[in-house]
Amino acid sequence: MATLTTDPIQVYKRPVGLTEVHSHYCPGCTHGISHRLIAEVLDEMGLREKTIGVAPVGCSVFAYKYLNTDYVEAAHGRAPAMATGIKRVRPENIVYTYQGDGDLASIGMAEIMHAAGRGENITVIFINNAIYGMTGGQMAPTTLPGMKTTSSPKGRDVEMAGFPIKMSEILATMQGSSYIVRRSLHDPAYIRKSKKAIRKAFETQVRGMGFSLVELLSTCPTNWKVTPYEALQFVEDSMIPVFPLGDFKVHPEIAKLKV
Amino acid sequence: MTKKLLKGNHALAEAAVRAGCEGFFGYPITPSTEFLEYMSSRMPELGRAFVQAESEVAAINMVYGAACAGKRTMTASSSPGVSLMMEGLSYIAGTEVPAVLVNVMRGGPGLGNIAPSQGDYNQMVKGGGHGDYFPIVIAPASVQESIDYTMLAFDLADKYRTLVYVIVDGNIGQMMEPAEMPPMREIPTEAPDWAVTGAEGRDPIALSSIYIDPYDEEVTNLRLLKKKLEIEKNEVIFKEFFMEDAEIVIIGFGTAGRISLSAVREAREQGIKVGLIRPITLFPFPFERIAEAAEQAKSFLVVEMNTGMMLDDIQVAVKGKIPVEFYGRLGGVTPFPDEILSEINRINENPPTDPNLDARADWVKRLEKAIEGSN
Amino acid sequence: METSIIISGFGGQGTLFAGQVITYAAMAAGKEVTWIPSYGPEMRGGTANCTVVISDNRIGSPLVLNPTIVIAMNQPSLEKYESLVAEGGYLIANKSLIEKDFSRSGINSYFIPANELAAEIGNMKMSSMLLTGAMVEITGILSLDQIKTALENNLPARHKKTLPMNFQAIDKGAEYIKELAAEKAK
Repeated sequence: MATLTTDPIQVYKRPVGLTEVHSHYCPGCTHGISHRLIAEVLDEMGLREKTIGVAPVGCSVFAYKYLNTDYVEAAHGRAPAMATGIKRVRPENIVYTYQGDGDLASIGMAEIMHAAGRGENITVIFINNAIYGMTGGQMAPTTLPGMKTTSSPKGRDVEMAGFPIKMSEILATMQGSSYIVRRSLHDPAYIRKSKKAIRKAFETQVRGMGFSLVELLSTCPTNWKVTPYEALQFVEDSMIPVFPLGDFKVHPEIAKLKV
Repeated sequence: MTKKLLKGNHALAEAAVRAGCEGFFGYPITPSTEFLEYMSSRMPELGRAFVQAESEVAAINMVYGAACAGKRTMTASSSPGVSLMMEGLSYIAGTEVPAVLVNVMRGGPGLGNIAPSQGDYNQMVKGGGHGDYFPIVIAPASVQESIDYTMLAFDLADKYRTLVYVIVDGNIGQMMEPAEMPPMREIPTEAPDWAVTGAEGRDPIALSSIYIDPYDEEVTNLRLLKKKLEIEKNEVIFKEFFMEDAEIVIIGFGTAGRISLSAVREAREQGIKVGLIRPITLFPFPFERIAEAAEQAKSFLVVEMNTGMMLDDIQVAVKGKIPVEFYGRLGGVTPFPDEILSEINRINENPPTDPNLDARADWVKRLEKAIEGSN
Repeated sequence: METSIIISGFGGQGTLFAGQVITYAAMAAGKEVTWIPSYGPEMRGGTANCTVVISDNRIGSPLVLNPTIVIAMNQPSLEKYESLVAEGGYLIANKSLIEKDFSRSGINSYFIPANELAAEIGNMKMSSMLLTGAMVEITGILSLDQIKTALENNLPARHKKTLPMNFQAIDKGAEYIKELAAEKAK
């Protein structure tokens, strides 16, 4: 009879970069996943104690409670400006913003565009779930055509409310940006790719190569009014066709990196 | 040190540099633009941060970030630009981090014009942004004072972890006067213990103006209020001239105050017993001194380049003890000393007796007549 | 004693700089001074004026309603300031750009063809310095040497080449006044 080893092998643990608290996020929400990916990357790169995060206004307004680094809390949409102020006076620190679609692509459009235009050496994690979560499900700049929200009850009418704004595509045109990619959090394979992208974004900053951004297609089962599983399906079936995944701009130096 | 002929905006900017400002973030706007231009060469030359932001909204949020990072930081703008900054200023106040704003005021409301004005008194002194907070407001009246009080502004901002506004009008921003610059201060090597610097070997720090539980926000509001009371106790600054035997007392801040001084000197030569109080801190306001002066004087004349915003505060201090008269010019018009002198003469010849006179209504009639006359 | 000077003309005529030179000179002479421009959105061609106050005491108002001295470099400036010159004060006008050659009573007025005189030196832009030289000769508020020293110390480096020409203009303005006085004496 073969003997079974009794030594436990730890295959999964909480990254040091995540605090040991329960989050306020809804069941099925992907914020928890993106938080974890950031924490793992900062741990692996040994950057946690050098990092200053900038939280947005939106569901992730309390990101600073969950991510175990120094953090500041910005006004709605102004995270890239605040990050600019921090990075310019503390270039030795790693500075990143964590922003939702309303924050980044609506009220904060000027700030994100100019941060990229200046080639600001910061990293942006952009959570795109096509809706305003915290205020209860209103239309976002990234809401899909025909998608129902509390402020587009009959579905987003492009005649009246225009079209979803594709931030990664736009930001890739800015000369100051070095790494602009879109990934998704809707299944494990895509999550692994998302983590690699986050790693490359921070690697861009570490190398002083300017603006980096990872757009993460995310879910909001509560405000989409679907189950968590259906929400993941919705990303695959409805969001990816509008917001295609891919690398929109990758500096050759970063493309060479194996992570 | 010798005096040099310096332009107000340049002097304000260099004073900020010498006070140890490590991050300047701004957006061009007349009549403060020379401030930004000066910083665009001066800051990089010293290895300090300078960004011409995409808007005043972004500029003040860059200041917010740099302030959270524990560095002395500031912006400079003019009235419409300051309106855009109100959001960020409120957040800075709520987060209790130190920052300095220089407002070179111009005529408004709206786009208004670019001429010197004091029309932002209420916006600056009474808050302006949302929520309960109390920035320190300092109103220099000369290029030298602009230098001295900009230095002080950074010290007070750090001492109380608060916003400090230095407000001048376009006259002071644009004029040249001989002034002496203090020596360059050394930049502290250690960050303050509340600042975000990366959580190396310590627990993370989170800086925020969010207090989602109203009871927590109440405690914060109370803390801000106690800070206010402390500032009121310690930091009042004003200057006074010819007050020993003054029966008529002029009160004006900034440009209106210094122009009044010319009129007061001439009136003194005519033998009129007139004095001047020039408040320098508008918050904390010299209520005590004004109240004291109301015991001594027979009447007050408040002179401003607005519709009588400080007048309201003077009346609070006077408590109806003596008549308070008002003279203001509006919309970017700077009064000449002659106008104030004729007000002094008018009061001297027909001293007001009614402590409840409606200063503003009486002045409106006089100003309307004057405007008609000049057309 | 307080002397106030308004120098007014088109943007580009050098009014603001002439005012600064006078201010520097008075400061070097140990006086209290202020210089304040009217600042407008126009960079070129609009009206540009500045007020200089020179005093033995600390200066209250940097702006004056009735200046002791007005240098009017063009017609609109003359129209604006002629009536405001203080009683017994001085009006110094650039006749080259002004349609008349007499002024109100109660003040001392001088109409000088500054553009033509400056053109004789070889640069019309020298007209403001020329009138400054004339002003100093007329009023005696400062010496020509004080003005020249102030100019030399404060002319931006990129204009240093023009220093001799500026000096010539100052002298020429002063000489014009001396000749005028000599003629009158005859």
